[in-house]
Amino acid sequence: MIASLHRSAWLRAATVLYVAAFLIFLFLPLVTVAVFAFNNAPYPAPPWRGFTFDWFVGNESSGRVGLFHDAELLGSIWTSVVVASWVTALSLAVGTANAFLMERFRFPGRQALSILMLTPLVIPGVILGISILSLMSRIAEFADAELGLDLDFLRPGLPLVVLGQFSYIATIATLMISARLKRFDRTLEEAALNLGASHAAVLRTITFPYLAPALIGSAAISFLMSFENFNTTLMLVGADPPLTVMMYGRMREGASPVLNAVSLFLMLASAALVMTLMSRGSRGAPARTGARSPN
Amino acid sequence: MHGVWQRRLMLTLLLAPALLWLFALIVLPHVDLALLSFRERTAPREYQAGLAQYRTFFTEPLYWHVFVRTAIMSMLATALTLVIAFPIAWVITKVARGRASSLLFVVCLIPFWVSETVRALGWLILLRESGVLPVLLAKFGLTAVPVELLYHDTTILTGLVYTSLLFMVVPLVSSLESLDDSLIEAAYDLGANGLSILRRIVIPHAAPGITAGCIVVFMLTLGNYLTPNLLGGKNSQWFTELIYTQFIVRFNWEQGAAFGFLLLALSTAIVALGLRLSGQRFVDVMRRS
Repeated sequence: MIASLHRSAWLRAATVLYVAAFLIFLFLPLVTVAVFAFNNAPYPAPPWRGFTFDWFVGNESSGRVGLFHDAELLGSIWTSVVVASWVTALSLAVGTANAFLMERFRFPGRQALSILMLTPLVIPGVILGISILSLMSRIAEFADAELGLDLDFLRPGLPLVVLGQFSYIATIATLMISARLKRFDRTLEEAALNLGASHAAVLRTITFPYLAPALIGSAAISFLMSFENFNTTLMLVGADPPLTVMMYGRMREGASPVLNAVSLFLMLASAALVMTLMSRGSRGAPARTGARSPN
Repeated sequence: MHGVWQRRLMLTLLLAPALLWLFALIVLPHVDLALLSFRERTAPREYQAGLAQYRTFFTEPLYWHVFVRTAIMSMLATALTLVIAFPIAWVITKVARGRASSLLFVVCLIPFWVSETVRALGWLILLRESGVLPVLLAKFGLTAVPVELLYHDTTILTGLVYTSLLFMVVPLVSSLESLDDSLIEAAYDLGANGLSILRRIVIPHAAPGITAGCIVVFMLTLGNYLTPNLLGGKNSQWFTELIYTQFIVRFNWEQGAAFGFLLLALSTAIVALGLRLSGQRFVDVMRRS
């Protein structure tokens, strides 16, 4: 059973087989997507008709619009980047404030607040989406009917998508930053204060540099989760869909290999991000703390 | 020095964003959703309080059939995920050593950094009638013609288990990591067999991780929209699709709100039940997973 005990040959073989089968199961869909990005055929399906870069570089003249000439798809990638940047900035700001609030202050209701902060993780993403949609739309209607105000940003659209994603990503940022702040040795701050440093200087030169890895890690995780979010986004989206919603729409119409091309691009981008994070941190640390994207 | 009023000011400044976030985006929207679900329309723009939306749910067989189906399929998916993930977590923590162990763990995590949309696309290409697996099966003579592998319940389950594995492997690994190998060695020396070690040592020790993994996986599966919708097509009959239809397609927000609340109630009930059965606290479980 465990490494230090004697294991029979068949048990060892079974273990290897199981792990191999598991890894094939994990990677088969991804490898398939990547391979068919290069198939010289109008649909991502067998048989293999030869190798092509058309689905990346093709333009109108070749009859195949590749990723780099697909304005709609490129536009949705940009939309996703804009949304993810907002979500990341908001989550980092609120997450840092929350970490200091929960780790450095004692106040009535603190326990209740810490439970409330975790609830976004157990609310299904679809429901986060519709609840925000309904409240904001009702406020917008009220403002329109009673006050004559046109609050367009409360209607389905990118501002709502940002708020919807932020509502649960903020929890993840809070958890990651709090976990590091909790381990901080406060005598370092006290020493600096005793030596005459101002509070601002202590924050700038001691506390924030210490928090930096958690801040970078949670920024990366927030960005990635926002970029990949589907359920909440689908409920709040307006006229310009982010990438995941755009891909979903096209997949329902019958996919063209340009979707494989954009998927391959996504895989490489997230792999690069994760590798950078992992080489910075200890074994799997960023992966673990940020491993869940519940919505 | 730090005056009392200065600390008060800091506290207020730090509380403001937290309260704004939680009340404007979590508490108030859900209160509003609840109010919405408890009203019925009597005439255009005229509403009264009532239980009509919930009555519709219980009197229309389609609705609660889909509800029960979603719940059962989610439980099945959770159980399957646990059974498939446990041996892997075991190998990572107890069998593999050193670099091999870390490497296996990282390799298991990688696919989940890719968007769920991409993974669903992969399954579509693999499983549809003209896709890779049906064509291969026909080629090797296992089926006469390529068969449609999409749109079955098994397909939906496969997809759901696939997207959930990570959320089970991670908490299992962290709970098994703290299990002292010498306990297992001692049990062996005292003559216990594998099954009783599993039942009396491993599972009790890993219970917090198992609970955390099951809760998260169940909740994610129940609330999933993308995977059942794409892999199940018209046959998926997933409850989130009903919510989407009422809200976005039919614009019947009252009904959609009631459905949303029913789903939330189910998810909360199962989470609470899981915590009660395993004697865990919510805060600890969430921190662990």
